Amino acid sequence: MSLYTPAASGADARRAVLSTSGRSKEQTPQSVLFIVLLWLSLLIGFVTLAVLLVDTFADGLSRLDGRLFTGYPSSRAEEAGARPAILGSLWVVGTTAVLAVPLGVAAAVHLEEFADRKRWWNRLVEINISNLSAVPAIIYGMLALGALALIGVQQKNIVIGGAIALAMLILPVIIISTREAVRAVPRELRDGSLAIGATPLQTTWRITLPAALPGIATGTILGLSRALGEAAPLLLLGGLVFLRFDPNGMLSQFTTMPIQIFSWTAQPQAEFHTLAAGASMLLMALVLLMNGAAIYIRNRYQKRW
Amino acid sequence: MSSVSSTPTGRAITPGRSVGPPSGPPSGASFDTLEAGPPRSSDLRGRRRPGELIARGLLAGAAMLSVVITAGIVIALLVPALTFFEQVPILDFLTGTRWTPRFADASYGVLPLITATAWTALVALAVAVPCGLGSAIYLSEYAPERLRRILKPILELLAGVPTVVFGYFALLWFTPFLQDLGLEVGPFSLLSAGMVMGVMIIPTIASVSEDAMSAVPNALRQGSAALGANRMQTSLRVVFPAAFSGVVAAVVLGISRAVGETMIVTIAGGQMVQMVSNPLQQGATMTTFIANAALGDSRVGSLEYNTLFVVGLLLFLLTLIVNLIAIELVRRFRQEY
Repeated sequence: MSLYTPAASGADARRAVLSTSGRSKEQTPQSVLFIVLLWLSLLIGFVTLAVLLVDTFADGLSRLDGRLFTGYPSSRAEEAGARPAILGSLWVVGTTAVLAVPLGVAAAVHLEEFADRKRWWNRLVEINISNLSAVPAIIYGMLALGALALIGVQQKNIVIGGAIALAMLILPVIIISTREAVRAVPRELRDGSLAIGATPLQTTWRITLPAALPGIATGTILGLSRALGEAAPLLLLGGLVFLRFDPNGMLSQFTTMPIQIFSWTAQPQAEFHTLAAGASMLLMALVLLMNGAAIYIRNRYQKRW
Repeated sequence: MSSVSSTPTGRAITPGRSVGPPSGPPSGASFDTLEAGPPRSSDLRGRRRPGELIARGLLAGAAMLSVVITAGIVIALLVPALTFFEQVPILDFLTGTRWTPRFADASYGVLPLITATAWTALVALAVAVPCGLGSAIYLSEYAPERLRRILKPILELLAGVPTVVFGYFALLWFTPFLQDLGLEVGPFSLLSAGMVMGVMIIPTIASVSEDAMSAVPNALRQGSAALGANRMQTSLRVVFPAAFSGVVAAVVLGISRAVGETMIVTIAGGQMVQMVSNPLQQGATMTTFIANAALGDSRVGSLEYNTLFVVGLLLFLLTLIVNLIAIELVRRFRQEY
């Protein structure tokens, strides 16, 4: 019996233990039905993902061409393209990264390394962040809308407004993952740094953060890929516009790829649906690439100390 | 900087000097850590320097920003909502069954939006909770490590699909599919939107509850096995109850995502505002209304503009309440191992 051997690692150890409890017991009709149900529940997710990818691919392949990248929106589907939306997405997500990444990492470092847990305001910040992460995306659009109205900006459809909404949306994601990464850095590294005379901030900047970089990168990429795919907050900021020019700065009008897809999906003609599928493929390729990179970085570079 | 610091030994002897902060003055205070010894050595709050204080202030400021954001949300939603309630009694708003803000005889009963939201969330959870928990049990209790390493990232990819793409899929593939199955759904239906939304939420529920189940110590499984339970009984009667607080957190996270999801219901759930009594109907959820109202050009400060924020406030409060309930449940059922 392996019952008293120390657990080696996660699932393998569990199996080792449980497999000793006899084969026949695991093959009662109930258990077999149970495992079939478990498989089924996993399959539903996977099959949907597969059907979604194949269906979008089949629909959109014919329009995943040069015009999608160079064309401007048009009432004629065969001429229409997503150029302003693609550039708009780059502008908005780029600005979002500039806003959210430093703020998120700074907040996480404060909470994890310097904050005194006994102080009520630090506890408030922690509870608050976990609450913020569950606030619906569309609410952030309303906040940005309210903020723009408050400072008297007439044009609500500007890149910086959209970026502010998305930055607030992904801030909790970045903070939470950065905190986990920083927490995983062993105390001995900090102690070593302090012992050779580095100040606490130097220790954080030169030892802890570099060691936590893979985790931070993973969280940041996941957050930004969410921002790239998000449409709801930007709808509130008037993102659904026909632009016949390229966005060229933080104060420029913009539309983004998810909103362009939404607008084409809502058209009655099938040609626009094809366009929507083509743009969806492009968007999904970008988002899945980012997610894949994040998962890869996490699995490849994250050290187990 | 002294010349000693250029040699490795110099560094070791004069700590702080060779790596002094750009702004802070190099001082003898750097020996504090040595004198204090090991117990204090990892206390990062040990010393004070002007440059460091400023930098730490900035870090704390970044953390406080999250509170400012919450306060901003509350103010941004509450102020228009209060002006709205000056014109519409709050009871009419909460109990009225007609939502016609754009009609000449405008009526502001929010129940139609709530019924639509409740039905889509219910359908979504009916899909996501069993599938999510099933996936979690399989990944945590059954899957060999190698298979797990393949399955989990694929499930996470599902979480990465943009919601507009799910909306497109619901409207143009899943609804026709339901019609082929013989269900009486129109081109828009809350059933289709809800089911696709459920699939979208599966990874959220699966990964949060899988973390909770993996955290259950092996001793419990061993004890269960020693008593003669098979793996199914161990999963259902030992691991699942032990991970209950995590499972609750996962389901609640799923609920707040289902209630707040916008694009799928806006695209595939329909725009018609009506009291929804079964999910085969179409209907406008709270988020659908907000998205559509935002598309129209309503003047800032008008009653119509304010309705947007009132519904937003209701949505925010709903998710907040759900969250607080979850935090309380998690606190009550948490087992520390």
